[in-house]
Amino acid sequence: MTPARTSRSILPGFGLSMGFTLAYLGLIVLVPLSAAFLRAAGMSTHDFVAAVASPRVIAAYRLSFGASLAAGGVNMVFGLVVAWVLVRYPFPGRRIIDALVDLPFALPTAVAGIALTSLYSAHGWVGRWLAPLGLQVAFTWTGVFVALTFIGLPFVVRTVQPVLQELEPEIEEAASTLGANRWQAVTRILLPELAPSLLTGFALAFARALGEYGSVVFISGNMPMRTEIVPLLIITKLEQYDYRGATAIAVVMLVSSFILLLLINLLQKWSRRYHAI
Amino acid sequence: MSIEAHGIRKKFGAFTALDGVDLHVPQGKLVAVLGPSGSGKTTLLRIIAGLEFPDPGSGRILFHGDDVTDIPAGRRRVGFVFQHYALFRHMSVLENVAFGLRVRRRRDRPAPPAILERAHRLLELVQLDGLAGRFPSQLSGGQRQRVALARALAVEPKVLLLDEPFGALDARVRKELRRWLRRFHDDIQLTTIFVTHDQEEALEIADEVVIMNQGRVEQVGTPQQVYDNPSTPFVYQFLGNVNVLRAPALATALRPGGVAAATQEGLIYVRPHDIELAPHDAGGPGLSAIVRHLHAAGPHARLLLEQVQTREQVEVEVSRSELSGLNLKVNDLVRMRVRQVRSFAEDFAI
Amino acid sequence: MQPRATRDPAWARWLLTAVALMFLLFFLVLPLAVVFSQALEKGVGHYLATIREPNALEAIKLTLLTVAIVVPANVAFGVAAAWAIAKFKFPGKSVLTTLIDLPFAVSPVIAGLIYVLVFGAHGWFGPWLIAHDLKVIFAVPGIVLATAFVTCPFVARELIPLMQAQGTDEESSAVTLGANGWQTFLRVTLPNIKWGLFYGVILCNARAMGEFGAVSVVSGHIRGVTNTMPLHVEILYNEYNIAGAFAVASLLALLALATLVLKSVVEWRQAGVP
Repeated sequence: MTPARTSRSILPGFGLSMGFTLAYLGLIVLVPLSAAFLRAAGMSTHDFVAAVASPRVIAAYRLSFGASLAAGGVNMVFGLVVAWVLVRYPFPGRRIIDALVDLPFALPTAVAGIALTSLYSAHGWVGRWLAPLGLQVAFTWTGVFVALTFIGLPFVVRTVQPVLQELEPEIEEAASTLGANRWQAVTRILLPELAPSLLTGFALAFARALGEYGSVVFISGNMPMRTEIVPLLIITKLEQYDYRGATAIAVVMLVSSFILLLLINLLQKWSRRYHAI
Repeated sequence: MSIEAHGIRKKFGAFTALDGVDLHVPQGKLVAVLGPSGSGKTTLLRIIAGLEFPDPGSGRILFHGDDVTDIPAGRRRVGFVFQHYALFRHMSVLENVAFGLRVRRRRDRPAPPAILERAHRLLELVQLDGLAGRFPSQLSGGQRQRVALARALAVEPKVLLLDEPFGALDARVRKELRRWLRRFHDDIQLTTIFVTHDQEEALEIADEVVIMNQGRVEQVGTPQQVYDNPSTPFVYQFLGNVNVLRAPALATALRPGGVAAATQEGLIYVRPHDIELAPHDAGGPGLSAIVRHLHAAGPHARLLLEQVQTREQVEVEVSRSELSGLNLKVNDLVRMRVRQVRSFAEDFAI
Repeated sequence: MQPRATRDPAWARWLLTAVALMFLLFFLVLPLAVVFSQALEKGVGHYLATIREPNALEAIKLTLLTVAIVVPANVAFGVAAAWAIAKFKFPGKSVLTTLIDLPFAVSPVIAGLIYVLVFGAHGWFGPWLIAHDLKVIFAVPGIVLATAFVTCPFVARELIPLMQAQGTDEESSAVTLGANGWQTFLRVTLPNIKWGLFYGVILCNARAMGEFGAVSVVSGHIRGVTNTMPLHVEILYNEYNIAGAFAVASLLALLALATLVLKSVVEWRQAGVP
């Protein structure tokens, strides 16, 4: 791992910077993470399966994966619309709106959680209009979905926006000189061009939603089997001193996240495939 | 199909891109629109294509005598090739070429096998049939250019418009491809306009050259006409090298039998190859000059002379044999004579 | 001035703009507005009293302390990692880059859990820590570690692409002109990356102040001792002190707004540089 072996560099500091990077990463990230896997490896197969496949855990997976998928899907659609409007249509206050899109990144999740709960509960600004329609948001599946949509909102916008910005207008003009109407240009040229970034944004939002805790726990009501997300279940197990159960579920989630991370990397490679021009 | 433009004006904010442009391109011709960047040539081409529209009330575009000014690009039957090709990156070469047929309304659309067949035929025409399954990113610049051309031809355009078709290619490919385009045009006989800033390119392959500057047409003519008889100082300077000298010295410098048009007061324009050199003691008409620099690589020799009287720098191009006959060295004195000059009134100068 | 070929019809523009703004209204603007509205519901006096209350002040202090440790540590890590990755060639570079991003893929709750597994009473070092009367979990060190885990990629991932794009030419010339390593870094590299670094610091800081899930697992919620601001919000909220919870939350929301403003300023600045 010395630079001299691979290609000589006259710059100093490789040993120091590399050493510090590896030490920090190892101590803060890798060693603790390996603890989860080593603990889980110490469990018998039977115990492990019992811990990760009990009905209550299965219900939590279904909620977490289902609501995250739904939120990611909604964000894919609306994120595309938001990115499109921000890039293509000038309107007053566009810069402020553009900056505000990152709010879910910047707002602490607990704050988002209580704000959404207050907003969508039966007496809240929005909830009181939905309640007469029989639509209860807070303390239901819908509440979880709303919180996860909030948390994943910036991802699609921020992955699609730069791609849309750098798209040459010529390809749309080319489609138009070839006789395509606007709808054909959008569906056959623009959307395929944006597809990789849309999917990347979706995957990022989905991955974030899977692990989300703070914004969900307030609005979900946390009823076992019904509105209990996986991260909350991990905490519940910990509070009951069921370390093995918590660890086993955590390992399942970690593996899911790593698979998603891999998928996102592949997606980004794919999106670069055509872009050698 | 002939193309006519009448009194086209176009402003982008405060910038006037086109300032009353008239143009007539006869059926079947290959016409080059030549000008420096910012001269309005690309805007003119885009207006002809229907990608931009002239300022309201300013002018008309006619195709074969029919007014198409308000018809959008998709219904003008123009083939447009963009400077950077604008190929659809997510589609294969074949899909790119077939696109224009696939987006037609159902009743005008050929059956899928017929579309593929025509796309393949066009790829053969541009000599790329072996690459039908590739993606644009896997092609060289010249190949992309030809895919763009095949794609534009697929919709059976009545006119072909090319925006700086060779601008993004390296010098060698550019030369090959422009000769190929000339032959190709001779085969298909489609009215074609191409925009370029490269005078060599325009003069080599066009039937007619339209020279534009600052949103106006400066001159229209065959390559020989515009090169030999530039109608404005701009055209003179834009087409090839030229020496701009003050007029009074001229009288003594003209070679017997030389042509001097309108030799009144003002600036005169002399091409480097219209100057001949003689030994300084040869006598006869001519001006004395000192050789300041000699550059003799290539078929022609280039010299930089300094006129003794006025200290003006003059560039001269002579054949290698002529130069070796004179046996010149730097700082030698030499006599220069002018075969042909042009002058324009001073207020005309750019 | 857009040519007509790529312009959408007016109804489409209005419709899409309306849809986008409605979506953002319900998911961004209203949640933000409700924070401040609820915080001031019982008046400014109550608001001020809530955030001046000793436990609230302790929470603010702990949050600031955590940030004061975590942010500089992650800056050092980010700069070191970016220097090694962007300025040198070595095998396994892409693996290292992926590993640096890893904490973003891990649920904050799991980030807390793994520290419990290492330092908790039943963890690897638990018995040893107890024997030496040291506390990590349910104490400040645990909060700092969990926060560091969650926020460690922020600075690095801003700097790595930036420094890669800048290459090594300037540093190499500095070295050939006789500068030593620190001089090269401070006088050549740092001025080039200062905005990217600042950007990373803002994001890292916002996340460090607001981290909830990871800290919640390791803190033990001991009021006035191991409560950070977000945890204090939770406690007040669960005690049905809604106005109080939102009062503390509004401080965090202001922090978020300040972060967005600074972030935009940096982005506009960078966009303005050719």
